[in-house]
Amino acid sequence: MKNPFRTEESAFRFLVLTIAYGALIVIGSKINTWIGLAVFVVETAVVGWWILTQGRRERPIQQAPAAHPAGERRILVIANETVGGAPLLNEIRRRSEGVNEHVLVVVPALNSPLKHWVSDEDGARDAAQERLDASLAAIRAAGITASGEVGDGDPLQAIEDAIRTFAPDELVISTHPKGKSNWLERGVVEGARERFALPVTHVVVDLSATQSPAN
Amino acid sequence: MTAGAAAEAHGHGHGDANLHPPPIHYSSRIAPTVVGIFLFIGSEIMLFGSFFTVYFFDRVVNNTHPWPTINPATGIPWERPWFVALVNTCILVTSSFTMHWATVSVKRGNRAGLQAGMVLTILLGLTFLLTQVVEYHRLGYNTSDSSFAATFFGLTGLHGCHVLIGLIILTVMCVRAFRGHFSPEHHHGIEVGGIYWHFVDVMWIVVYVTVYIL
Repeated sequence: MKNPFRTEESAFRFLVLTIAYGALIVIGSKINTWIGLAVFVVETAVVGWWILTQGRRERPIQQAPAAHPAGERRILVIANETVGGAPLLNEIRRRSEGVNEHVLVVVPALNSPLKHWVSDEDGARDAAQERLDASLAAIRAAGITASGEVGDGDPLQAIEDAIRTFAPDELVISTHPKGKSNWLERGVVEGARERFALPVTHVVVDLSATQSPAN
Repeated sequence: MTAGAAAEAHGHGHGDANLHPPPIHYSSRIAPTVVGIFLFIGSEIMLFGSFFTVYFFDRVVNNTHPWPTINPATGIPWERPWFVALVNTCILVTSSFTMHWATVSVKRGNRAGLQAGMVLTILLGLTFLLTQVVEYHRLGYNTSDSSFAATFFGLTGLHGCHVLIGLIILTVMCVRAFRGHFSPEHHHGIEVGGIYWHFVDVMWIVVYVTVYIL
């Protein structure tokens, strides 16, 4: 929901709307108490509908990576299980050609909501570390030098953390195909494009079609 | 393809990137000013909400009837000066328009408009407050006379305190406006003061409708 008091202008607009809201209720209640109540219910329903449908999303502040020394290209790869897939390896290899590349692979420590809220994330981090080790082995086997780290359970937060410390030039997000990918359902790719001021490449890896060493 | 050093790739030492302070990072993804105004509005809603809870508890849950309660001395209900309050409402709403005029003026570089808008806003706010004080004296009842009177003075008095604080803020802003502290590029003080003043106005609309009309 947009904050109605974000700026003086929006606060003034909110005031005018509040006056109209209150005036209609008063006029209705002066005619008849039940009409006043009905006006209140209808107005409140309209406001509630507007908040739920129109005013829900608030654009986030776009994060931009800090500068890093010239002459190198930093590629941040976010993947969960799909990093060993051939399409992603080919994409990383293609983008690394002819440049002094630095590749950082971040594997989010995905966790259940309950475990997240009770801060029980040891298991999730261990599992993510195993996936990261297998992924790095697959990438290195493809001739690409890379490092990696386990990230936050929220993929967008993991990207943001890595942007702060790694200062990448571009971001590669690897997901399962549509229909199999939880990240696509949650709009992770769109969210990353909205939140981060750097080129975002989305690579779809169908592990059932491409058997890879990481799996 | 050249090999990159994995340790350096983590970016803990980025050469000339460390020559200047890093840009501010908002980890919450919401600007601090927005968080601040959210917290402020949240606290105000809780404060006014507690007063409204008492009001509605007395009026609805306790089923106090009639409302306003009867003055034992005269046998008629205590007066709710809705007409004077309506005039006062118009004054306060007008002050929001002048406040908005001041803000628009500073954005357009119209210094005279800013100063006139600020002075008018303060005068209208003072008129509202003085009218309320005079009305309090004229009513003839006090907080200890009945639960209606206690909630009436509680809600309107709480709002009056907000108007007083708003007037202090506006006065400081006005002095700064006359000293030339604001420009079309830098007028955050006017913006924040305006937000507060409109908030006070919005709360008055709610208080007026609830306490004087319904």
